[in-house]
Amino acid sequence: MSEMYGKGILKGLGVTLKRFWDTYWEDAIWLFRQVTRGERRYRSPEGIAHRASKNTRGIFTVQYPEEKLPVPEEFRFVPFLVYEEGPNGEKVMRCTSCGICSRVCPPQCIWIVRTTDPETGRPIPDPAEFYIDVDICMNCGLCAEFCPFDAIKMDHDYELASFGRSVYDKEKLAKPVAYYESIRPLNAARENAARAAKEAARFATSAKPEA
Amino acid sequence: MTAPAPVETLDLAARFPDWVTADARPGYSGWIVEKDKLPDFARALRDDLGYDYLSSVTGVDYLPEGKMEVVYHAYKTTGGPGVVFKVQVARQDPVEVPSLVSIYPGAEFQEREAWDLLGIKFTGHPDLRRILMWEDFAGHPLRKDWREPYFEEEFKPFKSRWPEGKFQMAEDKARLGDNLSFPAGFDPQKKTDFDPEKALYEALRQYQKTESGLETEHLLVNIGPHHPSTHGVFRVAVVLDGETVLSLKPVMGYLHRNHEKIGERNTFLMNMPYTDRLDYLTSMSNNFGYALAVEKLMGITPPERAEYIRVMMAELTRIANHVWAIGFLLNDLGAYFTPMLYAQEERELILDIFEAVSGSRMMCNYFRFGGVARDLPDGVLEKVRDLAFERLPRKVDELEALLADNEIIRSRGIGQGVLTAEDAIRYSAAGPLLRASGIPYDVRRAEPYSIYDRLEFDVACRPNGDIYDRMMIRFDEIRQSLRIIQQTVKQMPGGPIMAVKPAYQVRVPPGEAYGRVEGPKGELGFYIVSTGKSSPWRYHVRAPSFINLTAFGPMCVGQKIADLVAILGSIDIVLGECDR
Amino acid sequence: MDTNELNAPGYEIPPEVQGQVAITTLDRIYNWGRRASVWPMMFGLACCAIEMICTAASRFDLARFGMEIMRPSPRQSDLMIVSGTVTKKMVPIIVRLYNQMPEPKYVLAMGACASGGGPFKEGYNVVSGIDKFIPVDVYVPGCPPTPQALLNGLMKIQEKISGEHWRTSRWYQKGGDQAEIPIPILGPDLIDPRKVEEYSRRLAESEA
Repeated sequence: MSEMYGKGILKGLGVTLKRFWDTYWEDAIWLFRQVTRGERRYRSPEGIAHRASKNTRGIFTVQYPEEKLPVPEEFRFVPFLVYEEGPNGEKVMRCTSCGICSRVCPPQCIWIVRTTDPETGRPIPDPAEFYIDVDICMNCGLCAEFCPFDAIKMDHDYELASFGRSVYDKEKLAKPVAYYESIRPLNAARENAARAAKEAARFATSAKPEA
Repeated sequence: MTAPAPVETLDLAARFPDWVTADARPGYSGWIVEKDKLPDFARALRDDLGYDYLSSVTGVDYLPEGKMEVVYHAYKTTGGPGVVFKVQVARQDPVEVPSLVSIYPGAEFQEREAWDLLGIKFTGHPDLRRILMWEDFAGHPLRKDWREPYFEEEFKPFKSRWPEGKFQMAEDKARLGDNLSFPAGFDPQKKTDFDPEKALYEALRQYQKTESGLETEHLLVNIGPHHPSTHGVFRVAVVLDGETVLSLKPVMGYLHRNHEKIGERNTFLMNMPYTDRLDYLTSMSNNFGYALAVEKLMGITPPERAEYIRVMMAELTRIANHVWAIGFLLNDLGAYFTPMLYAQEERELILDIFEAVSGSRMMCNYFRFGGVARDLPDGVLEKVRDLAFERLPRKVDELEALLADNEIIRSRGIGQGVLTAEDAIRYSAAGPLLRASGIPYDVRRAEPYSIYDRLEFDVACRPNGDIYDRMMIRFDEIRQSLRIIQQTVKQMPGGPIMAVKPAYQVRVPPGEAYGRVEGPKGELGFYIVSTGKSSPWRYHVRAPSFINLTAFGPMCVGQKIADLVAILGSIDIVLGECDR
Repeated sequence: MDTNELNAPGYEIPPEVQGQVAITTLDRIYNWGRRASVWPMMFGLACCAIEMICTAASRFDLARFGMEIMRPSPRQSDLMIVSGTVTKKMVPIIVRLYNQMPEPKYVLAMGACASGGGPFKEGYNVVSGIDKFIPVDVYVPGCPPTPQALLNGLMKIQEKISGEHWRTSRWYQKGGDQAEIPIPILGPDLIDPRKVEEYSRRLAESEA
């Protein structure tokens, strides 16, 4: 190579040097912010948010498990079933075992047994058994997307490592509606509003003939 | 820069009356060529008509009609629509079709794949071995009458899941208690002396022996599939004379996940999350290509806002992929991890956007037929704006300052691993690999899809075709992508994001379609044949990583083994897409 | 590492030497050393490998756990992270790599595919979980698990290491070195040598 002066290498080293300097400069700025405004660089929501913003400089690491990168509302990990608290504190599943989720599931990892009335033999809208093989599930979210009853939703909890294979049954999958509303407030509000509107419309049409 | 060529009416049936007939099946297009005349036809197509780029070769098994069909898609590197031609043969063994490797060398791996998975024998192919499965494997799995051990039903959804969905693992149901099956009469206790490598080593030893200087012992070296610089489970078998590569065969299939077989059982929508796992670094682009192909069949176009969101996401994907590719190329060159870690920061910030939009960092599953899954959440457009206008331009400059003038990179890159323009076309190279060789061919310009005809950008192109140019062209493309993203942010219209009501069961009329996009690695195509049912009859992916590897062997022969790793890094492959 | 965790022997330490001596059990310091220096193998299979690389990279930084030294050679590594879909063509290589790892060795199945076959389970070239061939210590669900989920799984590995005792550990027992796992054969399909008799029996049964 004819132009082997090392100028390019020095230029590159300048970049690394700048980044090295940035680390300490950023810490100094945050020290100032901590003194004046009480904002901390590490182990604080504002610090984590800063490291995920366009202005992040210097140390980029989020120190899991002490700090956790917040997940956005749409984040999806494995599915769960939403239940509502009944008047006596019993769990009322939203799921009607209509089977749409098991039909739409791409790797076919959802197994549902429908309950039938022992006397009439007709189906009851409540799943007798509900299994999800988490070790097949691809977290695609199609089940939650197409569930007409808002009964199956994608979870935010990703800390699921275990010492054995995971097949989740109905007990393990069921989570209260309050939990759902806490992880996905905007979606839940939208769905509740839509359901209320539907309910109102049905009430209006059923009330009309009497009037 | 190439302008789209004027659409000419091409009547091949009139031009070659004895060889060619038009494909008159409803929903189909293109030309059916007489089997024996195929090489002559292809030569005329290439030399007289200018279709110099054979993009895709694949087979279709029409079991009910008792036919096998080989489908070819050829294009001009000057742009414009392509030509589809097919050869039909009876479906009894042996199914033989003349090979086109002598005319279009880019068909080499694709014909091997069609032989491996469909059992179509290409006569005259120089090295017709299995490519994704191993040599002793029983059967050709993509044939419609071949069933895997876990076979449950012809199409999804399976009846065993609901309403009597008693949970049972597939292995408990399978005949042998495992995911395997043996051909009739095979006794697993008797024969165990299989040698899957024999055919490979025989093919590898077929090289021109030079008679110059000292006679040295030639060395056979295997790199991978477990090797840090093969970018996944990829294997290269080489014969070396000292440090010089004499002969090279890529070995793949270590990540062959049966994407196409599963795809032909899935419903159309179910395939969408599977496409995420093709090239797992660029899931948004994969979604794009697949959505385009199915929308072509369905005859729908997404609304404006969805188009803008799609393009914005596809270009963000390109940036994320290219910074990754640059970082890992530098790893391969020995700049262990510093550039990669710098590049990774920008990729993480882009992944944050994907996560907010689609719910997952990597497996986005964001596109739907006729739009996108959900609208941009609040704050995302601002985040994209911040990145595209402020941070990324600055950071790309910084990364370039770190690398572009570095003497070591220049001396390792300039003039090494050259792929000439002619060879790049001959080997059907695509994407940055093709454009770094001086061919300004970009599907976004050559055959614009979505809203690319309205956006201002240049097709990045570099003249030399060496490792250095292949690195630098990625910087150029990132800058062009930033330009596109800036335009989409500025022009983002309001309105709906779906053209049709979201549905999990879509009606796709019978016919065939080939949707292609300019993915970050090159032309990504989806060939889909529908029979009007809920699942595709044939679902084939034209994977740029796979086809770009056709040129890998010729590029490496004569180079030093240390450069082999750098050349592979500069091609930028992802095994999920290569092996599918 | 919190010093309190190490320095809690259950004995009374006189106040004058507190902070100057540490009393601990052999198990505790042995496991502390081991779990803070687990070297994973640089071994990626599929999509999960990308998340594994992200875990090791700038944002999540595996070095905080003493795991940043990813060794490409199995001879130098303690932990195999099976990160991605295990195909039949790849199984013989994975088993060979596992055999080459020295004791004590751990295996983490990362993601759905490595744990139980994943979305590609039904495919003809896919193995239904790596635990069919080699023993797995920790399973991390997800497709792919996010880097934080993987870190959670790695902490589970550390938890497992903490619970071990040098007196009873397998690799200090006489003949405790595990026998090598026989390498599967690529015949007309993947043949596990340990199971050929079972295959023959099942074949005979299904024909009867």
